[in-house]
Amino acid sequence: MPPPANQPNIRVVTLNIDGQDLSAREDETIIEVCRENQIPIPSLCYLEGLSVWGACRLCLVELAGQNRLLAACSTRVAEGMRIQTNTERLQRYRRTIVELLFAERNHVCSVCVSNGHCELQWLAQRCGVDHVRVPYRQASYQVDSSHEMFRLDHDRCVLCTRCVRVCDEIEGAHTWDVMGRGSDCRVITDMAQPWGDSETCTSCGKCVQVCPTGALVKQGTSVGEMVKDQHFLPILARRRHTI
Amino acid sequence: MSRTVTIEPVTRIEGHARITLQLGESGEVEDAKFHLTQFRGFEKFCEGRPYREMPALTARTCGICPVSHLLASNKACDHLLSVSIPPTGEKLRRIMNLAQLTQSHALSFFHLSSPDLLLGWDADPSVRNIFGVMRQEPALAKDGIRLRQIGQTIIETLGGKKIHPTWVVPGGVSEALTREKRDAMLGLIPEGLEIAKRTYAFFKTLVPRFTDEANHFGSQPTLFLSLVTPRGNLEHYDGFLRIKDAQGRIVEDMVPPIEYERLVGEAVEDFSYMKFPYYKPHGYPGGIYRVGPLARLNNAEACGTPYADVALAEFRMLQETGPITSSFHYHYARLVEIIYALEMMDRLLRDPGILDARVRARARSNRYEGIGVAEAPRGTLMHHYRIDDEGLINWVNLIIATGHNNLAMNQSIRQVADAYVDGNHLQEGMLNRVEAVIRCFDPCLSCASHAFGQMPLSIELRDAAGRIVDTLRRG
Repeated sequence: MPPPANQPNIRVVTLNIDGQDLSAREDETIIEVCRENQIPIPSLCYLEGLSVWGACRLCLVELAGQNRLLAACSTRVAEGMRIQTNTERLQRYRRTIVELLFAERNHVCSVCVSNGHCELQWLAQRCGVDHVRVPYRQASYQVDSSHEMFRLDHDRCVLCTRCVRVCDEIEGAHTWDVMGRGSDCRVITDMAQPWGDSETCTSCGKCVQVCPTGALVKQGTSVGEMVKDQHFLPILARRRHTI
Repeated sequence: MSRTVTIEPVTRIEGHARITLQLGESGEVEDAKFHLTQFRGFEKFCEGRPYREMPALTARTCGICPVSHLLASNKACDHLLSVSIPPTGEKLRRIMNLAQLTQSHALSFFHLSSPDLLLGWDADPSVRNIFGVMRQEPALAKDGIRLRQIGQTIIETLGGKKIHPTWVVPGGVSEALTREKRDAMLGLIPEGLEIAKRTYAFFKTLVPRFTDEANHFGSQPTLFLSLVTPRGNLEHYDGFLRIKDAQGRIVEDMVPPIEYERLVGEAVEDFSYMKFPYYKPHGYPGGIYRVGPLARLNNAEACGTPYADVALAEFRMLQETGPITSSFHYHYARLVEIIYALEMMDRLLRDPGILDARVRARARSNRYEGIGVAEAPRGTLMHHYRIDDEGLINWVNLIIATGHNNLAMNQSIRQVADAYVDGNHLQEGMLNRVEAVIRCFDPCLSCASHAFGQMPLSIELRDAAGRIVDTLRRG
C-alpha cells in the first residue's frame, strides 16, 4: 500500500543495497526502495497498490549480520542496513521457488492465452528455469468458464491472492477468497460457487488485470492474446488514500 | 522354419514405427505389419480445456505440419462459433496452408526420400541420407533446403513464428497483412517456383528408372479420398469431400466435410496405436482408401494454375488409364503440388483485397459440436469437437492424414515385401525398399521427429523358438 501523502515526522534513513549507498523514508519497504532506484528484484504476490501479502518469497534478500532471509516486500528499511538482492544463494532459491510453482500445477505456456504476457513466464526466463528438476504433480483442476466475460483456470493459478486483495481493497466486493490447505488450496468466488453464479461479483475485471498469469482471463481470447493492464491500480489506490 | 524380421525403427519418416515381416518355412513373406509404437493421447487430455485453446493444443501434435492442425482446429472452432470468416481472413489462411504444404513436401522429397532416389536403394546406409545427397548432388540438396526455407519464411512472415504460429484464431486471423510483408513474400515466390520447376523437370527424367518400384510400391487398387472445390478442382483448405475408386469412378461427391462420419469409420487393431479408418459403405477392411497428394491429384479435375495444370497432365500420363495407383508416384504428386502451391500463393498475394483490415469474425460459441476439415500435406485432416454450455471441451475426435493411409501402408509393405524380400538371403537393400514404400506416404507418426539419416536400425531374424538366426545393424 503506498504511504499516505504528507505524513509529518517521517525520518530519512541511509542504507546500502548491492553496494549502492541510498537514502529512503523510514516507512518504506526494501522492495519499494529497490523499485525507486531501478534495482531489479523479482516478485509475484507483491503489486504496488495492494496490501502486502509476503507469500511468494521471490523477493527474499540477504541482510548483513543475519542468516535469515527477509522478504523485501514486507520488511521496512532501517538505518545502516546492508542488503544483497542477487547473491548466488538467492538465485538458487528463486529458481527453486519458480520450479516448484511450475511443478505444482499445469502451466503449459505454449497453449496459454497469456503466453508472452505472463509474469510467471518472465520470472522463469529471468531465473534461468530451462527445466523443472522436481516431478510434476500432474494434478487435475477444473476450468470455471461460467462467467459471461471472464474465465478461471486453476491450472495457471499461483495463489498470489492478488485477485482476492484487489477485489476486497479496491473494488470493495470481496468476491474472491481462498479455501483449502496445502496443495488443495485454491481461490474461490463467493462460497465456492461457480463464478457465473456469484451475486457479489461486479464484473469489473480488476482481478483479471492484476492476475500475473493466465489463471484469470477474458473470455474470447486465443493463445497469447491476453494482455493485462495494471496501470489503473496505483491511481485508484492513491485516490482511495487521499479521500 | 517360421521367422519374423523386424525393422525398427523405420527411418527417415516423421515419428516412430516398426515393421515386422513374418517369413514362412521356405523364406517367403507370409505377413507384413506396420506398427505405430508411440501413444500420444491428445483426444483424451484435451477434455476439460476451453475450446479456444484447441488450435494451439492440437498443433502440438506436430512440429512439421503444425499449420495443418491449426487450420483444421480453427475451422472446427469457426463451426462452434457458427461464423463465416471474412474473405481476406480465409485467403490469408489459405496462403499459410500452401506455405506449409511447400515446406513439408520439400522436407519429404529432398530430405527424406531423395537419398533413396538419387543414391539407390542398395547404397551404403552410412551415405544414404541427406548428407550423402549433399556430397553427390549439392545443387539439388541446396535447392531442397532453400525451398523449405521459403515455405517456412512465408509462415513466419504471416504468423510471427516458423513453427507453431498462433496467428490463425477462431473466426479468422489475429492480424491483417501489411504491404511490406506482402511484398516480402511475393519476392520469395519466383525463386521457389524456379526451384520447384527445376526439380520437377529433373525428377521426370528419373521416373523411368523406377518402373519396377512403381509396379510394386503399393500399386494395388484402393479408393482415393480428398477435398475438392465445388467445381471438382484441387483444394487444400475448404470445399467438399470426394471419393474415387481405382477405376476413376466417383463413388462419393460434394459431401460436406461436416458429414465425414457418414463416409469414414475407424477400426482398431491390437498391433498398432494408430487407428484404421475405412470407407464405411465398403466395411472393414474392404473400405481401404488413400489420402494425400496422390489422392488429391487423382480426384481433381484440374489444379487451376497454369504450370501445375501442365504438370498434372503429365502426371496422368504415368498410367494409360484411370487414376494413378502406384504409391511410388506420391513423390511425383508432391512435386506437382509444390508448383501449384507457389503459383496459388502468388495469385492470392496479388489479390486486391488481401490487405483488407477486416480479417476476423468475433463471436461466442453458438453450438455444441464443431467439425473442421482441411488438407494437410499428407492428406485429409479432420478435427471434431463437442463442448458444454461453458465452452469446455468434453469430446474430441482427430483423424490424422497418416491414419487414413494406415490400411494402404500395411497393404503396400506386404506387396513390396513379396516382391523384394527373400528371407533366405536377407540384404539391407531389400528392407530399405520396405521402408521406402512407407516413405512414399510421408507418414507423420509422432509429428515431431527431426530424425533422418543415421538413425540406428536393427533387424533381427528369429526362428520359431525365438532364437536369433541373423542380425543386421546400422547406425
